[in-house]
Amino acid sequence: MEQRVAEPIATPEVQPTVWRTQSATILFVVMVVGLIVAPFFTYPLFLMQAMCFALFACAFNLLIGYVGLLSFGHALYFGWASYLSAYSAKAWGFTPELAILTGTATGAVLGLLAGSLAIRRQGIYFAMITLALAQMMFFFALQAKFTGGEDGIQAVPRGHLFGLIDLSKEMNMYIVVLVIFLAGFLFIYRIIHSPFGEVLKAIRENETRAISLGYKTDRYKLVAFVLSATLAGAAGGTKAIVLQLASLTDVNWPMSGEVVLMTLVGGLGTIFGPVLGSFIILVMQYKLAAVGEWVLVIQGVIFVACVLLFRRGIVGELANKLKIRL
Amino acid sequence: MILETEGLTKEFAGFTAVNGVTLQVKRGTIHALIGPNGAGKTTCFNLLTKFLIPTRGRITFNGQDITALQPADVARLGLVRSFQISAVFPHMSVLENVRIALQRARGGSFDFWRSASVLNSYNQRALELIEDVGLSSFANWLAVELPYGRKRALEIATTLALDPEMLLLDEPTAGMGHEDIDRIAQLIKRVAADRTVLMVEHNLSVVSDLSDTITVLTRGRVLAEGDYKTVSANPEVREAYMGTGHA
Repeated sequence: MEQRVAEPIATPEVQPTVWRTQSATILFVVMVVGLIVAPFFTYPLFLMQAMCFALFACAFNLLIGYVGLLSFGHALYFGWASYLSAYSAKAWGFTPELAILTGTATGAVLGLLAGSLAIRRQGIYFAMITLALAQMMFFFALQAKFTGGEDGIQAVPRGHLFGLIDLSKEMNMYIVVLVIFLAGFLFIYRIIHSPFGEVLKAIRENETRAISLGYKTDRYKLVAFVLSATLAGAAGGTKAIVLQLASLTDVNWPMSGEVVLMTLVGGLGTIFGPVLGSFIILVMQYKLAAVGEWVLVIQGVIFVACVLLFRRGIVGELANKLKIRL
Repeated sequence: MILETEGLTKEFAGFTAVNGVTLQVKRGTIHALIGPNGAGKTTCFNLLTKFLIPTRGRITFNGQDITALQPADVARLGLVRSFQISAVFPHMSVLENVRIALQRARGGSFDFWRSASVLNSYNQRALELIEDVGLSSFANWLAVELPYGRKRALEIATTLALDPEMLLLDEPTAGMGHEDIDRIAQLIKRVAADRTVLMVEHNLSVVSDLSDTITVLTRGRVLAEGDYKTVSANPEVREAYMGTGHA
């Protein structure tokens, strides 16, 4: 029988899209330098708050942008971490690093519990379960004694880092927050660009195919969920120490919505997007504080504009235009 | 026998898609599953790979009862499927597509603290597989940018990366032009040299060219089984599937 040979490989006429990656490094350096000099030009407290939210948004983006899971209850981890950090610092006299670690661990535990339940469902049902669990815990925060109900936990001492460095000095606190933010940011970058991150990408791209290759995708999604909740916890805990306050605002559903907005404006699935997004939203809230409730209307308009006009978000659109990975 | 089913049945709310199918696939053969649209071929595939749970019946693979396993477990045993709609990871490169499969087989997939550059150790094996299916010059392309036939080839390379004992191919040549069909048919023949293949296929020349055994399904039941000659001579098959005019 005549054996046919597969046709020789023709030289491809169209060249594949090549995405450059070195620009991410440059942008990272710009971001670090910017955050080092920024406190000399604007309020350090504002910057610290913005970095906490930026880390929160980056943690959220790890799920939505890199696994394709929309959690609509991320305030749960942020808010409860902030309660536990505040409480442990105030009532138990924990040093700030231990208080923040307590918050981080709170995020991890809650993430494991909520994640194990939510991960069994897909799409909108997943989002609804995360929201329902978060709301349940919101009402618990409202009723429980130690959270201070409507008052929250106020006048949380910033304390001394490792019992040595006085964090009531604004610049000391700033450096701590900057280090936490950058460590969290780099950790997320590492997760995304790890063997595990590669599997997450495959799951986002085509989950059934990943399953047919033998991946137990639910386990990967759960690990990602716990990592995201843990980092959200770190952000919430740090925020409680910085602002010396943990309140119902941090654990309520508009907070979950705000982190979606920040990520969307900046660009889902881009490493820098959530950082830019959270700075933009916070600047807007400060500048427009005078117009009161109208801030919400303006935020709503931005949200709609984002979805209709630039779905990739600011960083996403830019990266796509320049064919770079950001 | 590598794969056997006994009275395999799947009912969807009042409709029986697969009805008491008993199937025996001999090790080392290419076995084709054919039948008119709606005969239950794809449902059968989904049952075999556990993407659907059978209402009744038993499936054994290598003598092991796999009826109650999860899809990922079946894949780990060495029974790996392809899909009717080409299943690639669209925004990953051809190389990355194949590496994902290698990575699963070789472990370390939960390592979120290591750099993805450790995956480069799989590159050589991945490139060999890519070359095997004639995609060498496309290795850095995003899968989404490949022409259709090449996507199918990539899918096969990814599947082969798991070195499965048995492949289930769901319409491997569907929607392809002549050249692509030839290439994929040759590829199937080559990979079947030391493996077992069960495939659903509409293209009868591919079926007659490749298969050792053919099972004809209609309305969820086995109508006939045998080699191409036997099956195509069966009057019932000719009536139900090929049309009486077809030789």
